[in-house]
Amino acid sequence: MNINREQALGYLRDMTRIRRFEETCAEVYSAGKIRGFLHLYIGEEAVACGVLPELSRDDAVLATYREHGHALLRGVPARSIMAEMYGKQEGCCRGHGGSMHLFDASLRFFGGNAIVAGGLPVAVGFGLADRMRRTTRITACFFGDGAVAEGEFHESANLASLWKLPVLFLCENNLYAMGTALDRSEADTDLCEKARSYRMTAASVDGMDVLAVAEAARAGIDYVRAGKGPYFLELKTYRFRAHSMFDPELYRSKAEVEEWKHRCPIEAFKVRARKAGLIQDEDIAAIEADTAREIEDALAFAEAGTLESVENLTHDVYAREQRVAKEGAS
Amino acid sequence: MSATIRINYREALRQGLREALLRDERVFLMGEDVGRYGGSYAVSKGLLEEFGEERIRDAPLSESAFVGAGIGAALNGMRPIVEVMTVNFSLLALDQIMNNAATLRHMSGGQLNVPVVIRMTTGAGRQLAAQHSHSLEGWYAHIPGLRIVTPATLEDARGMLFTALQDPDPVLIFEHASLLNVEGEIAAEPRAVDIDYAAVRREGTDLTLITYGGSLMKAMDAAVKLAEHGVSAEVIDLRTLRPLDDATIVASVVKTHRALIVDEGWRSGGLSAEIMARIVEQAFYELDAPPGRVCGAEVPVPYAKHLEDAAIPQVDGIVAAARDLVK
Repeated sequence: MNINREQALGYLRDMTRIRRFEETCAEVYSAGKIRGFLHLYIGEEAVACGVLPELSRDDAVLATYREHGHALLRGVPARSIMAEMYGKQEGCCRGHGGSMHLFDASLRFFGGNAIVAGGLPVAVGFGLADRMRRTTRITACFFGDGAVAEGEFHESANLASLWKLPVLFLCENNLYAMGTALDRSEADTDLCEKARSYRMTAASVDGMDVLAVAEAARAGIDYVRAGKGPYFLELKTYRFRAHSMFDPELYRSKAEVEEWKHRCPIEAFKVRARKAGLIQDEDIAAIEADTAREIEDALAFAEAGTLESVENLTHDVYAREQRVAKEGAS
Repeated sequence: MSATIRINYREALRQGLREALLRDERVFLMGEDVGRYGGSYAVSKGLLEEFGEERIRDAPLSESAFVGAGIGAALNGMRPIVEVMTVNFSLLALDQIMNNAATLRHMSGGQLNVPVVIRMTTGAGRQLAAQHSHSLEGWYAHIPGLRIVTPATLEDARGMLFTALQDPDPVLIFEHASLLNVEGEIAAEPRAVDIDYAAVRREGTDLTLITYGGSLMKAMDAAVKLAEHGVSAEVIDLRTLRPLDDATIVASVVKTHRALIVDEGWRSGGLSAEIMARIVEQAFYELDAPPGRVCGAEVPVPYAKHLEDAAIPQVDGIVAAARDLVK
């Protein structure tokens, strides 16, 4: 392992935080505290944990509706995310967005998009603005394999490549677009080929290996930041839980899920890091204890949160409110 | 009296664009054929030569991508003007307009705002048949989070763009294709115009004609004819379809006690129905007759000239409906 103890602890902490946070979300969802759709990232943690620490604070991040983990690692406090899911005004979006629409502009975390591929054109626009203003910022845009079937993916890939925009396209390929397997929706399941057809540099990486992800992300980020144009990185991963809380999982076998669970990114990392002498059992216990405290605090914060007054219901639809009447008019 | 210039609607739009590009370096124009071709309606002709490819950007035929890119660039500090060739093509970008531009502010709890301007031509009258003749501005006006403006005069064609660019929210500008060659005299110096209020374009006492965009001139012509029949028509140009300026509409109806709405859009579930509902809600007891409307026929706009003419509001139809209303 080409990392030091501190880094190893960092990765383990990041992945553990997401895993436990998501498990808690599922529990409180079942208890009726969270409603709406809830899409869990369990199994895919190595993707966000490998990529996000490699970005700078000035870079922009756009994600999908399966974005709790991305928000958490970007620095949105767990309590703020949990309060959002509770629909409380202390949440990061005052309870307007919920699980699928987490935003924190101060962290340049721009959601939270629940339309598959809907964030890609917006990411291209972020890149365009950065390029026109000659900044060294880049935009990282996460999306799933399902998005590759959308026209917006193809339009965005072409435009980003045509204009050589600083956008890192991060395709979280978990093999299923909700319940439709990749080979049942794509004539060509090689996603990198699609990006290359737009003359975009593309690479694929084992998304269950956080260190491999980090290395691949660094290569992509360096490429994009150097002004060479967009970069497509496919992260091969797997969702251990159902698509959402309403999914009976009729489309895949239990055996397949079990097989992937044996490749759990967290357990695999622990084994390697222990073997390399970078972490001990006490470290794992300490991380678990810290995480438990963080989540307990988040739950208490969300429970104690308050509901926004219904009087404010239509506030913030516009940044500039309508002027009511012309001077002199009735 | 200040100097005036003779100008047509297309040139007025171009002056507005040029002014915006000169005054704010964050402004750029992006869309299909806006650069080398000069704009499919020649609105942006000459701008590429003056401002260069960086700021006058020809985009591929990817409405969703370049409208979404306008939204992203606006979120990231720019002031993009996105030109979608026609309202019909804007349907290919509807996801971005409705699911992103219109929602992001509220959905993010007020953290974000999207200062993008999206321009498009709209309307029938040029024998372009069913897929190039829609009037969907009223349909867009259904969506909270958007501002919908419809310049019907030369002053508004020139001035609304700059005001829209100052606005922190997404503004959609609908330019009626039949107005492009309309000529007139306006002040030589561009003036600021608002995008909040309707305007009374002609004062009258017997009934109020309420309209906007490509139908304004028809309503004005109808008012002249009505005067020949002894009917004094007031004409309101809505200018902004969302948010609607209820106060100006209601004030006029309170004065004339009769209202006729002229809308090229379809009648069912359309803007005319909304205006009528507001009049009934806010001025019911002021009315001397049920409000009337002249709308687009409920049909995909046909190609043949006589059929197209019959499918959209015309002066004679407005006059007839108005005379019925004041009987």
